[in-house]
Amino acid sequence: MNDQAIVCKNLTKEFGGFTAVNKISFEVRSGEIFGFLGANGAGKTTAMRMLCGLSYPSGGEATVAGYNVYKEQESIKKNIGYMSQKFSLYEDLTISENIQFYGGIYGLPDKELKQKSDELISKLGLEKEAKKLVGELPLGWKQKLAFSVAIVHRPKIVFLDEPTGGVDPVTRRQFWDLIYEASETGITIFVTTHYMDEAEYCNRISIMVDGRIDALDTPANLKQRFSAKSMDEVFYALARGAKRTAD
Amino acid sequence: MSAVTLHQITKTYDKGKLLAASDISFDVKEGELFGLIGPDGAGKSTLFRILTTLLLPDRGSATVAGFDTQTDFKKIRGCVGYMPGRFSLYPDLTVEENLHFFASLFGTTIEANYALIKDIYEQIEPFAKRRAGKLSGGMKQKLALCCALIHKPVVLFLDEPTTGVDAVSRKEFWEMLKRLKRQGITILVSTAYMDEANLCERIALIQEGKILSVDTPDHIVNAYPRALYAVKATQMHQLLKDIREYPGTLSCYSFGDYLHVSFKDIDEQEKTRLEKWLGEKGHKNLEIKKIPASIEDSFIQLMNPNSP
Repeated sequence: MNDQAIVCKNLTKEFGGFTAVNKISFEVRSGEIFGFLGANGAGKTTAMRMLCGLSYPSGGEATVAGYNVYKEQESIKKNIGYMSQKFSLYEDLTISENIQFYGGIYGLPDKELKQKSDELISKLGLEKEAKKLVGELPLGWKQKLAFSVAIVHRPKIVFLDEPTGGVDPVTRRQFWDLIYEASETGITIFVTTHYMDEAEYCNRISIMVDGRIDALDTPANLKQRFSAKSMDEVFYALARGAKRTAD
Repeated sequence: MSAVTLHQITKTYDKGKLLAASDISFDVKEGELFGLIGPDGAGKSTLFRILTTLLLPDRGSATVAGFDTQTDFKKIRGCVGYMPGRFSLYPDLTVEENLHFFASLFGTTIEANYALIKDIYEQIEPFAKRRAGKLSGGMKQKLALCCALIHKPVVLFLDEPTTGVDAVSRKEFWEMLKRLKRQGITILVSTAYMDEANLCERIALIQEGKILSVDTPDHIVNAYPRALYAVKATQMHQLLKDIREYPGTLSCYSFGDYLHVSFKDIDEQEKTRLEKWLGEKGHKNLEIKKIPASIEDSFIQLMNPNSP
């Protein structure tokens, strides 16, 4: 059972008469890099919110890190990390303060927190910037720092919502180096992106269309199945069939 | 005549501490679809604000539709369309009301230029009575484009219209731009998605306030200074680590299902030597082929002055 970081069976979310997430079923293995793709409005964010313990499903079942999404939301929150392009760090706190704050929220003891903080700052080569406000950092650095902070408490799973949007091409790739590194230490990665080349870096990907998961496989298998040269073509073939208007 | 000219534009913020635009010069021709390509923080929005007369440069000069951005700003405001990166319509007005409002601001009517926005407006017309704040992201974007077009601008400025938009909707958006271009509107569009560069006639690559290159996408990739190889094997991540360790490697970056590799030495034998070296490391299903550079390869090469 511990081999599966996420297990979803017929997970559904309805808002009034609108079915945002429609009976999705999938499993994510521990340590896997799982790409969660879909057009705007396909239901990705709604699904992620349920998996992060932020919203109750309307139906179906799911466990995240072994905890039930209905009954054990607080345990889920303790065992996951989260970052997105839109919200990651507090711009008016320094780098050190952000690390202290997030580590503190996740209950790391002071001594460990101090040590982790030093480790992280030196790993990212931010020694000189440690006392600077996060708002003064270039976006690329912010995103790398945000990811490191999101896993500072060694979560079982980290959810990354469009983590590389707008980042320069080199930093985008350095970000993926961090993802691989985290994955090698056993952290499961659940990531959304609009960059189709990044879909290739995932072990497996799912593609949501109109609230359903219409495809789930390794990038290589998906390309074969759709006789496509690139993931871009696979995505286009699937998402073009969407009935919903883009969000 | 050029639709837009920039001459040594420099802009700093925070009392000179932050250099947003550094000595930037380029022209956009009349009727051209011109792309400003670069990551967040490169200075794209600063240039847009200077050109739309919302911000004064520290130094340098610029013209839009033949008018100087500092002395003739009122004339520019009347003849350009501007879609900022952030949604900036009135959320409490309906779709229809927003459009009507912008038309009347520019002393025109929806009917007068309806032909120009028809294609786009038809897609949001079912929601004409809905408040703009309640629209989905894609719909907001279409309404914003309609509002920027309703006075039939000579030059259209679109600041990151496709940020956070999925691959399918992005394609559709670019189709719309091509149709607008055919109507003779000059379009200056910015994006952080490198693949969209190929959809522009000419582009400026911009990074940290500096222009890396201005040219057609073809010329930029053809100017890539060295041979580039795509490499693939079963264990991609290990492959990346190994190639980076190979002494002859100049650069190695992931590009979808391949790694793109360039060598320090221009000797064609490097390919064979790398192949052998990787074979000895136990890589299976190894494939190495010479490829033309993409815009993203060129961008990476140009932003890394260390790799000559």
